[in-house]
Amino acid sequence: MLAHIARRLLTAIPVMFGVLLIGFVLLQVVPTDPAVVRAGPLATPDVIDAIRKDLGLDQPLWMQFFLYLGRLLRGDLGVSIINNVPVSQELGATIGPTLELMFASLIWAIPLGILLGTVAAYWRGSIFDRAVMAFAVAGVSVPVFFVGLVLIWFVGFKWQLLPFTGRDGPIWTLAGLKAIALPALTLGGVFVGPVARMTRTAVLDVLGADHVRTARAKGLAERLVVLHHALRNALIPVVTLIGLQIGFLLGGAVVTETIFSWPGVGRLAVGAILSSDMPLAQGTIIVLSLGFIVINLIVDVLYAVLDPRVRAS
Amino acid sequence: MAGQGPLLAIEDLRTVFRSSAGDLPAVDGVSVSVAPGRTLGIVGESGCGKSVLSLSIMRLVPRPGRITSGSIRFDGRDLLTLSEGEMRGLRGGSIGMIFQEPMTSLNPVHTVGRQIIEAVSAHKDLSASAAKDVAIDALRRVRIPAPEKRFEEYPHQLSGGMRQRVMIAMALSCEPRLLIADEPTTALDVTIQAQILDLLKLLQQETGMSIILITHDLGVVAEMADEVAVMYAGRVVETGPVNAVFGDAQHPYTLGLFGSVPRLDGENQSLLAIEGTVPPPFALPPGCRFNPRCGFASDRCRSEMPLLRPLGPSHQAACWHAPVEAEFG
Ligand SMILES: Nc1ncnc2c1ncn2[C@@H]1O[C@H](COP(=O)(O)OP(=O)(O)OP(=O)(O)O)[C@@H](O)[C@H]1O
Ligand SMILES: [Mg+2]
Repeated sequence: MLAHIARRLLTAIPVMFGVLLIGFVLLQVVPTDPAVVRAGPLATPDVIDAIRKDLGLDQPLWMQFFLYLGRLLRGDLGVSIINNVPVSQELGATIGPTLELMFASLIWAIPLGILLGTVAAYWRGSIFDRAVMAFAVAGVSVPVFFVGLVLIWFVGFKWQLLPFTGRDGPIWTLAGLKAIALPALTLGGVFVGPVARMTRTAVLDVLGADHVRTARAKGLAERLVVLHHALRNALIPVVTLIGLQIGFLLGGAVVTETIFSWPGVGRLAVGAILSSDMPLAQGTIIVLSLGFIVINLIVDVLYAVLDPRVRAS
Repeated sequence: MAGQGPLLAIEDLRTVFRSSAGDLPAVDGVSVSVAPGRTLGIVGESGCGKSVLSLSIMRLVPRPGRITSGSIRFDGRDLLTLSEGEMRGLRGGSIGMIFQEPMTSLNPVHTVGRQIIEAVSAHKDLSASAAKDVAIDALRRVRIPAPEKRFEEYPHQLSGGMRQRVMIAMALSCEPRLLIADEPTTALDVTIQAQILDLLKLLQQETGMSIILITHDLGVVAEMADEVAVMYAGRVVETGPVNAVFGDAQHPYTLGLFGSVPRLDGENQSLLAIEGTVPPPFALPPGCRFNPRCGFASDRCRSEMPLLRPLGPSHQAACWHAPVEAEFG
């Protein structure tokens, strides 16, 4: 198991390198010049040149990339061009809220999706099943920002039930909980449908399996048949499928943070890219890709926990 | 066993699959019975309704299948009138069942021990350690070496034969009075097959249970069964004591299964192997269901369905031409 994790971490290194390279290239494409941004509107060309030299922007691109990699290896993420604050400090302040938002979104969305999917599969063809599936299809086709804006408009603005901008303390305080409610509802909401649909398919599949028939033939109560045999086995593909949605989740987090002004990595990334703050943008890309890799790793470990056949090999 | 009533008596059972084309009968008017301590063999080609029949007894026919008429009397009670809860008490309790595919019939994510304990706990109110003792005992009874070790293992760690032993241990863990074995050895190789069959026989002697043994292997029936029912397209076409049916088969289908026509002079003459396959429930021919494949078929066979007729003590066949010797011998 540990060897397995170590192997996965090793394979993450080239992935990380690729991410850095692509991120670097993409940021070169942005037409604004960071030195100009940094210098401000009143700077003379001399000043801009000096800043460019200072930031290493006069070097050839490949050199810039390797200098950047070298600094990264020493743990130096650089300094934000706009705020002149170390990137690591900016990231450190935003990772917490992002993790908080993901946690608050998934903690209800995944169990709810699994519950709905299981019940729908068990009573397939029923009105409940059709309602869940209609909801799931709607959930897939409605974009995150739309859900967010609808919630903001009604719950936040018209009915004034919950706040809809920013974070208000940690999640275990009432104010913090209220502040995270709408963002978590938005990000989780778009996840319930897909999880329900994947669970339904997986449970339906397992319900037809021979070992479920065996479970019934031993006289098990239906509740146990469904929980211990159908759902328990269906969780294996469900975890894999949820793992495949990580990109969707991270993208959703970026959008959600932006529309709710949630002080997380996603919003930071959008701000940094829009203002051509290259070191900061690079930093957020690193964090988001690390998040991607870590979640993948968690999925892998879960997979082995759930399936003894994987554990053995 | 003379004078004793049957443990299980199925009367005129009909199980259909609902479809847009109407009710398709997979089991159509089957009557068979098993006496206590005896073994009934059910034979027939693939698709003739053996599995549907056995699942009907357990009332576990998958949707859209349902039992539309008949009765299944087990120990004096009609299973078809029991509530779902009462039926659940019988499944794995008084009636055990094992299946063809030991590879897929056990749940891959739970240990062998846990799966047996589940079966035990479904029927007996035992403490965790007592249930474990019963489970390990069950493994020992099916002659699994090192049962304490196997108890902790997952199905993928066992060979096919071992898995089938585990299935048997599980089915017998609550000491059922009837074991339904649906092709228990078909997926196993020959030496393992023989071991499993020997084990079943031994366990039957030890417990006095009745067995319904489903197979398409006549050799298995000859070795294991006391009575045999030959099924074709959802119906029993010939039934009786194994000696009678094997020694003096009367239905052309049974003869076809043997691949030879026994003659009065004792010599066996080879018959063309029966061509074609069992018609599915949506394409049943009129008259005798076997007539399109039957070398003896006459006009009557093509229009009128023959019913089981007695030919000897408890030996019956459903053929207009039976006994065949009378007409062709
Ligand atoms: N779930 C189902 N839906 C529709 N028809 C079914 C279903 N299960 C079985 N049948 C039909 O019932 C008939 C009998 O099937 P059954 O599985 O009992 O055959 P069998 O004798 O057990 O064959 P085998 O030797 O292959 O196991 C088949 O013709 C099949 O088409
Ligand atoms: Mg079968």
